[in-house]
Amino acid sequence: MTFEQFIFYILTTVAALSGLMVISVKNPVKAALWLVLTFVSTAGVWLIAQAEFLGLVLILVYVGAVMVLFLFVVMMLDINVATIKEGFTRYYPLGALTALAIFALIYLVVGPSRFGLEQVSSPMVDEDVSNTLSIAVPLYTTHVFAFILAAVLLLVGIVAAITLTLRRRPPETVLYQNIDKQVKAKSADYFRMVKMDAVKKDADLPEEEKD
Amino acid sequence: MFDALQTWLSSFLYDWLAILITLLIQAVAVILPVLLAVAWLTFFERKVIGYMQIRMGPNRVGPKGWLQPIADALKLMNKEIIFPSQSNLYLFVIAPVLALAPAIAGWAVIPFDANGVVAADINAGLLYVLAVSSVVVYGVVISGWASNSKYAFLGAMRASAQKISYEIAMGFALVTVLMVAGSMNLTAIVEGQQGGILHWYWIPLLPMFFVYFLSGVAETNRAPFDVAEGESEIVAGFHVEYSGMAFAIFFLAEYAMMILISFMTAIMFLGGWLSPFEGVPVLGELLAWVPGFIWLFAKVALFLFIFLWFRATFPRYRYDQIMRLGWKVFIPVTIVWVFVVGAMAYYRVGPWFN
Repeated sequence: MTFEQFIFYILTTVAALSGLMVISVKNPVKAALWLVLTFVSTAGVWLIAQAEFLGLVLILVYVGAVMVLFLFVVMMLDINVATIKEGFTRYYPLGALTALAIFALIYLVVGPSRFGLEQVSSPMVDEDVSNTLSIAVPLYTTHVFAFILAAVLLLVGIVAAITLTLRRRPPETVLYQNIDKQVKAKSADYFRMVKMDAVKKDADLPEEEKD
Repeated sequence: MFDALQTWLSSFLYDWLAILITLLIQAVAVILPVLLAVAWLTFFERKVIGYMQIRMGPNRVGPKGWLQPIADALKLMNKEIIFPSQSNLYLFVIAPVLALAPAIAGWAVIPFDANGVVAADINAGLLYVLAVSSVVVYGVVISGWASNSKYAFLGAMRASAQKISYEIAMGFALVTVLMVAGSMNLTAIVEGQQGGILHWYWIPLLPMFFVYFLSGVAETNRAPFDVAEGESEIVAGFHVEYSGMAFAIFFLAEYAMMILISFMTAIMFLGGWLSPFEGVPVLGELLAWVPGFIWLFAKVALFLFIFLWFRATFPRYRYDQIMRLGWKVFIPVTIVWVFVVGAMAYYRVGPWFN
């Protein structure tokens, strides 16, 4: 076993075990954190496969952004674990059957009979061309339409999400800040310097306060 | 130097052991100066802010107060670490580690001088630094949640929202650097700026220079973007329940991140270790003997000073103002500038696009 294989087995074991923990721990926040560990170890596997762009982007996008937002939401939930676990034993056989069926499907499609160096030869890696370039060139040439389509789909997703949550309130009931106006404000607009004596003259005081 | 060490070690050790020992020595050679720099950066900060507020700053421990950081470290190490009841102990302990580890891991790809004075000269260095700095937020979020304290939780919420917002602007700024340099390798980025102060990337990327540095200030939770630990509102934010060395580790992480951001700004926009007098008739030759890392450290010191200057000058931003600046000002500016840089690259403007 070479050193790289050793690292590979460690990373894949960690990924598989932490994936198991994601679905088995009770606390949703801890489940999200185990999912983060799964992502990190998968990124490590990609790095070993010399796909450093994919590995780093996985960490940047999923670990650094998506999972933080996910944690953000999960941490604020007040989940009663007992009610969620209700009926676990009742539905257990059905769930196990479904899981088995899905596993069989995946095994048929991407099982060991379809993969491995006997079926697919290892891609030629050019030492001078970085992984980023070798991903970018096909992405922007042969697959450019699929790429743009995916981008448009994401944009539609963003617009839909914003439209669903946007709450328009009438401007007369809500006070909005006008940042330009605030920035341009001068002290002269709000303050008026008044010159006056420190002590009022005797003649100005009301009748009863005169001595 | 390290290659020679490795070949010497492998002459009488296993190969993998020789590689491991060399890597460890390399890591210590990078991390130890960083931690020392962090220690004396805290001293520098107190002195600078002191003089800005017309007082002396620390001046009792050692000559002129120079041993103050050591006294601070000793004090923090002797303090009791308190674990709040009802807190999540594992996460409570692991949170400071998660804050410090990425802040130090980022140093692996920082080049300090020409001829490969860098721990790991990887292709995707720029992406690596961005990925690593995006992971720092976990320390803050987990500490806030695990402390089982409302103040800490509010701090964690604020910090995660703020960091994600400013990361987008930061990422776009890095995209423009990538477009100009044509490489994600940090050494190649510096070498692309060869030829004097006018060839540095701060001119074609001037708005990005500001956006990156200010986003860096926001990313490190430094004043004026320090709502995550706003003392007047939420006591100390995410680390309110931490004491002693556990608190000190958050402190270390924040300052290591500050120095890392300063290094990245100097490398990407101010020509890294290149001399500013390159190509200037008389001064250029007079100062040619100065080693590159001196120039790099001078630029980094400038940015660190600006960090402290900000803190002494500006009042804290309100939360909605921070969000407005990130989403409505920085992100549109960066998106527009990506297209501007694309146009400049197409028409081969100036000495930067050749």
